[in-house]
Amino acid sequence: MRNILIIIKKQIKDTIKNKVVLIQFVLFPVMTLIMENAIKLDGMPDAFFTKLFSVMYMGMAPLTAMVAIISEEKEKNTLRVLMMANVAPWEYLAGVGIYVWTICMAGAGVMATGLEKENILFYLLIMGLGFVISIVLGGCIGIFAKNQMVSTSLVMPAMAILSFGPMLAQFNRTIEKVAKILYTQQISVLLNKMSFDKGIGESIIIIMINAAVFIVLFFIAFRRKGLE
Amino acid sequence: MIQCKNVYKNFADKTVLSGVNFDIPAGEIFGLLGPSGAGKTTLIKILTGQLSFEAGSVKTLGKNVEILTGEDKKNIGIMMDEFGVYERFSCVENLQIFADIYGIPHSKIKETLKMVGLQDAMRKPAMNLSKGMRTRLQLARVFLHSPKLIFLDEPTSGLDPQTMKSIHKIILEKKETGVTIFLTTHNMEEAAALCDTVALLNEGVIVEMGAPQEICRKYNHQKKIKLHLSSGEDLELKHGKESATEISRLFEAGIIETIHSSEPNLETVFLELTGRKLQEDA
Repeated sequence: MRNILIIIKKQIKDTIKNKVVLIQFVLFPVMTLIMENAIKLDGMPDAFFTKLFSVMYMGMAPLTAMVAIISEEKEKNTLRVLMMANVAPWEYLAGVGIYVWTICMAGAGVMATGLEKENILFYLLIMGLGFVISIVLGGCIGIFAKNQMVSTSLVMPAMAILSFGPMLAQFNRTIEKVAKILYTQQISVLLNKMSFDKGIGESIIIIMINAAVFIVLFFIAFRRKGLE
Repeated sequence: MIQCKNVYKNFADKTVLSGVNFDIPAGEIFGLLGPSGAGKTTLIKILTGQLSFEAGSVKTLGKNVEILTGEDKKNIGIMMDEFGVYERFSCVENLQIFADIYGIPHSKIKETLKMVGLQDAMRKPAMNLSKGMRTRLQLARVFLHSPKLIFLDEPTSGLDPQTMKSIHKIILEKKETGVTIFLTTHNMEEAAALCDTVALLNEGVIVEMGAPQEICRKYNHQKKIKLHLSSGEDLELKHGKESATEISRLFEAGIIETIHSSEPNLETVFLELTGRKLQEDA
């Protein structure tokens, strides 16, 4: 547990210095604040930009942050130094994962300011669940990628599908049908319902299947490659 | 402190280490000397439990390397050329991470940075450090938790002679505190200056081992004495009784400026044993 806290502390210290990761964390919350306050059109659904950007934030920030952090440590060989200092691989991954989740939740907290008070808890619960799945997927890619270049080429398509799939699904029925299998699409559906009692069972099942698939993939990747 | 018995290591179908044997007592500096690709880094990885091996046995800190625990690893410090530092963090911040992991008070960080001569660059981000300073930072990271056993993989590779000398001084100071040091190098001067024992490694095989001076004496086939006279003349005499009278006469005449034996250095010994130069890639 001590090593996990040390990794979290290290990452928090690095947040201000690591501009690539910092932009990922800050971009969508700031954009949401600006757009929600600057653009108000007749007939626009409530918290339109909050819901739209929340799904994009979920598909991008935790994924790229996880991959960027792990692959940089692998490439610079600082990860090996940590392992030699007796930090277990799972402690490292847990530390980075908890850090990314916490920062993303803080970002979601900022984005939630555009919502009705009674919806905030539901919103944060759903976002928290989505961030966990993105973090697991990011961890998978980080473990598989040998270096930052490979990780970028792996994370870009995943990020594009998860972030833009739900957005494009709003305009095209075929994309909507395909995107249905994505957890981000189901999160988008849940955010539009914004309630526990409006037939959310199907969405929750699909999200859980996504989570199970990525967790299995994560363990396969971890058993095969570890963090070497 | 380290026992390596008949160790074999293969990568795919290539044998990288073949029947490696040595025993390193506590408090000694042991140098593994060999050209690039000889198997030096592979051996360090095996001795520190980073890499498995096909046959043989390895004991580090008196325990089989396969069963070293986290507590055992706290007594080991490793500096490898490929190990990085946190570029965006300052020297102090870099060491804080490891001080926290090892449960060392932060007050020791300044002391350690001072020890390696980085006291004036404590707040400098690692990305702005020169290669020499970066090496010092890596050394500081190794020394921070006061390990009993230190592995240094080519610690002065690519450094200027002045920085190299100062790092040698730090290593020798550490030895004075009773620490055992295993270092790899392809610099024979470094090995001769620092090591109590050196092993010459070529293509995964130890071809010679012993104290540097002993090895040089063992391969002193020429057995000659070289004299430089005040007249500018150079003389080469046989290393034996028959030269004693002549040397004595020249001494009495006061015309000897310098007198040397013709012992080879480690580089020449390595060349004689393997047909390869130690620094052929440098």
